[in-house]
Amino acid sequence: MSEMIPVQIDDITCEVEKGTTILQACKCAGLRVPTLCHHPDLEVAGICRICVVEVEGMSGLQAACAFPIRQPIKVRTNSPRVRRARRVNLDLILSEHYGDCYTCTRNGTCELQDLAREYGVDRYRYPSTTAPKFRIDRSTAIVRDQNKCISCKRCIRTCIDLQQVSALETANRGHDVLIQTAFNKPISEVVCINCGQCINRCPTGALRSNMPNELIWQAIDDPEKHVIIQTAPSPRAAIGEEFGYEPGTSVTKKLNAALRRVGFDSIFDTNFAADLTIMEEGTELLTRLKKALVDGDSSVKVPMFTSCSPGWVKYIEHYYPEYLDHLSTCKSPQQMFGAILKTYYAKKIGVNPDKMVVVALMPCVAKKFECNRPEMTDSGGKDVDFGLTTREMAVLIKESGIHLKDLPDEDFDHPLGLGSGAGLIFGATGGVMEAAIRSVYEIVTGRPVPFKGLDVTPIRGMEGIRDAALTIENPLPEYQWLDGITLKVAVAHGTANAKLLMERLKEGTLDYHFIEVMACPGGCLGGGGQPIPTSPEIRAARARAIYAEDHELVLRKSHENPEINQLYAEFLGEPLGHLSHKLLHTHYTPRGRFFLEGI
Amino acid sequence: MKNEKKKILFGEFVTGAGLARALEMGAGKVVDEVKASKLRGRGGAGFPTGLKWELTAKQESDEKFVICNADEGEPGTFKDRLLLMEQPEKILEGMAIAGFAIGAARGFVYLRGEYIYLRKILEDAIVSMTERNFLGKNIQDSDFSFDVEIFLGAGAYVCGEEFALISSMNGYRGEPRNKPPYPSEVGFRDKPTVVNNVETLCYVPYIVTKGSEWFKEHGTQASTGTKLFSVSGDVKHPGVYELELGITVNQLLTEVSGEGAKSVQVGGASGLNVAEKDFDKPICFEGLPPGGSIIVFNHKRDMLHVLKNFMEFFVEESCGQCTPCREGNYRLLEGVKMLEKGECSVRYLKELEALCDVMKDSAKCGLGQTSPNAFLSIVENFKTEILYR
Repeated sequence: MSEMIPVQIDDITCEVEKGTTILQACKCAGLRVPTLCHHPDLEVAGICRICVVEVEGMSGLQAACAFPIRQPIKVRTNSPRVRRARRVNLDLILSEHYGDCYTCTRNGTCELQDLAREYGVDRYRYPSTTAPKFRIDRSTAIVRDQNKCISCKRCIRTCIDLQQVSALETANRGHDVLIQTAFNKPISEVVCINCGQCINRCPTGALRSNMPNELIWQAIDDPEKHVIIQTAPSPRAAIGEEFGYEPGTSVTKKLNAALRRVGFDSIFDTNFAADLTIMEEGTELLTRLKKALVDGDSSVKVPMFTSCSPGWVKYIEHYYPEYLDHLSTCKSPQQMFGAILKTYYAKKIGVNPDKMVVVALMPCVAKKFECNRPEMTDSGGKDVDFGLTTREMAVLIKESGIHLKDLPDEDFDHPLGLGSGAGLIFGATGGVMEAAIRSVYEIVTGRPVPFKGLDVTPIRGMEGIRDAALTIENPLPEYQWLDGITLKVAVAHGTANAKLLMERLKEGTLDYHFIEVMACPGGCLGGGGQPIPTSPEIRAARARAIYAEDHELVLRKSHENPEINQLYAEFLGEPLGHLSHKLLHTHYTPRGRFFLEGI
Repeated sequence: MKNEKKKILFGEFVTGAGLARALEMGAGKVVDEVKASKLRGRGGAGFPTGLKWELTAKQESDEKFVICNADEGEPGTFKDRLLLMEQPEKILEGMAIAGFAIGAARGFVYLRGEYIYLRKILEDAIVSMTERNFLGKNIQDSDFSFDVEIFLGAGAYVCGEEFALISSMNGYRGEPRNKPPYPSEVGFRDKPTVVNNVETLCYVPYIVTKGSEWFKEHGTQASTGTKLFSVSGDVKHPGVYELELGITVNQLLTEVSGEGAKSVQVGGASGLNVAEKDFDKPICFEGLPPGGSIIVFNHKRDMLHVLKNFMEFFVEESCGQCTPCREGNYRLLEGVKMLEKGECSVRYLKELEALCDVMKDSAKCGLGQTSPNAFLSIVENFKTEILYR
């Protein structure tokens, strides 16, 4: 128990743990101190000077977010000095911000807009910026509009500290300060992994995802097009937040109903493709392990890394290209699904794949980059046409005049609409690993995993890196070579944690067999395309929703999914078979340390 | 100088005497003596040096550092340059005494980028002092070892702020950090660090040899000692002067033959503009800011032009982190340009004065907290000249 310090904030007296910031103390005391550059996931900056408070005995005002309480203090949060400073600093920010609110994707979720309303701003105190000064920088995934940037540096702290990607940095000084890429190259040409975490933490509309909504409407409105939507597990646990539900409310079946009313012709579950991924990736793992452990084939690399997260894939391509052989060759569920839809399903329903438009509802911004990768065309054209984020889908639904809360529960379409609980938990960090363990262990031993209720709890949670060991005993005859072997697995979320693992791999101190990495903190449920705001609590609530839904399902193991077995029987043959190899597996591209290509 | 006996830095000096005395006294007594002398930082902020040392000495750490802040960049200041040029041994000895007092074995001179031509002088002094065992291993056969290296700045004014300085030495953008923790707790390489101005360190050998009582015979009660003043502008004899703290502007002007001045910028661009009516005020920590830069303006000078020059400087040199400094200085400069064109209303000028108050109150570091001083004081002193052009 650390030392408790008495503090007086306005007329409230309380005790806080030594080192608590004034901001945290105010929260405990039930007082609201406005913030702008502060974010619960990020290092403290103390630069916007909106949260300033008076501390008795100190000459200037202090930033509440950055002031650790180390001795008894008296704080005033609502004095004339404080109100004046907050208002003037807010006015200074507003006068530099290109505020065309009605054409901004953050209209309604903008923290600067909220503050302006809260402080009753009804005019620009200083001459305002009337024309945009900067060109908009656009990649397939991310859009940067510096005109709306208020230099709070949340994006930089996200990119450098939280994700350790470092695609963005501060350039210049003083009033000329800009958030820039290396050598001011377009965002599409630098090490940006498209994780979109900066978007989730930008208080304004300076960062956003590249919205394909207009193109999707065109496809939906074209009677010749068969438009399919596949929905990933995480959006259903979060999209409710866009419609007034509490974080952690799963709206799977209402979402299905909404998508049907928006006009999608078929509604499928990406969990199905997640199950398919487990079949392929699990088989790949066993094949790799046999080659490495029994055959002594040194060309086979262990540990194997998951490849579902396109942010992680691009991260390793940039920063650890020499380890690309460790990545599973499996495409992500999104891309596997696209390839199956435009081949097997197109043939099954008699639709020309050219007339088929596959949209993927994803929690992810990097999925936009992924579906535009040149290698993702094994069906003959683009396997997936559009990656659509949870936020963007909410706009499509709202635009259709649909009230999510009033909709009935509806199911997915079949035969590709059945997903297991194992596929569902892909949405949470550790989920892919848990799904793989549930299936691989049972395939090898003929028995379910030795965990209560199939919950592989050691790899659940929000610790940055988690691991587990599972000893194989009495395997089935064909897996005798695994008898007595302890399988070691690890899970990391957020590329900063992935970096820690990669550095250990480089040192040679890593003895895992299989590692799951998700680029985003919390896994997909914390993806860059998820509703804003995000915080550890919100992500934990979404995870609870996903795990609760898994528990309610009868089907909880990928290899028991009858529609998967039907797909293999009717079309693919077997995991890692010829057709699987062609449609469901891919290869990777070594990239530069600073730029997309080259150095 | 009229009163010869009141000189300290321009008086006699024997290299090594202070260090030898410090080694005799022991670290604790050195800190006590410096505390008793009431020596305050000569960079401008005036933090009590002894207290700074005591706080750092108290920290338990395997490594501590002494940094000599030679990032002299305040407009109109050139007194550290003179010390670096002519008295490098005094600086290095002051650093070694500081190192001994706080328990540091390494020191760095953070040399302003534009002073690169002084590097050789410092390097030669380090070599010479090491040869004579005033630096290096087991100094004067004691257990105390101390090495000094030179770290070259890259030309940012804000790096004179101690956190920004440390940040730049750590390899990051030179930007001030939130405090607490202070450098005495978390400094260079996250270790306890003392950052002292060049001039501050130069007084240390004298205080140690001649005692705090002798030092306190100079200056005022709250501002002890002498001070180097960099005098420039409309005076007959510009240059560096050593004068007692507490001297009035009038006395100073007489000293430097600056008769007929319209106003004096005391303490540099971030100091105050002082008009004739206030020339009888003293320059000391309890009076006009004793940063050391004195710029004298005669009646031919356009004060709005002077102000514009200062504001351009701050817009250029703000690190751009915090809102009040990044946007505030820009708005003030914009206001000056409006004044130039006669487009600034009295109402908007009041708005800008309120902005100045908020900048002083809420900027993250000393730069933004002091940059409005020139604006406020020049507008106050010369409102008619500025508004009705």
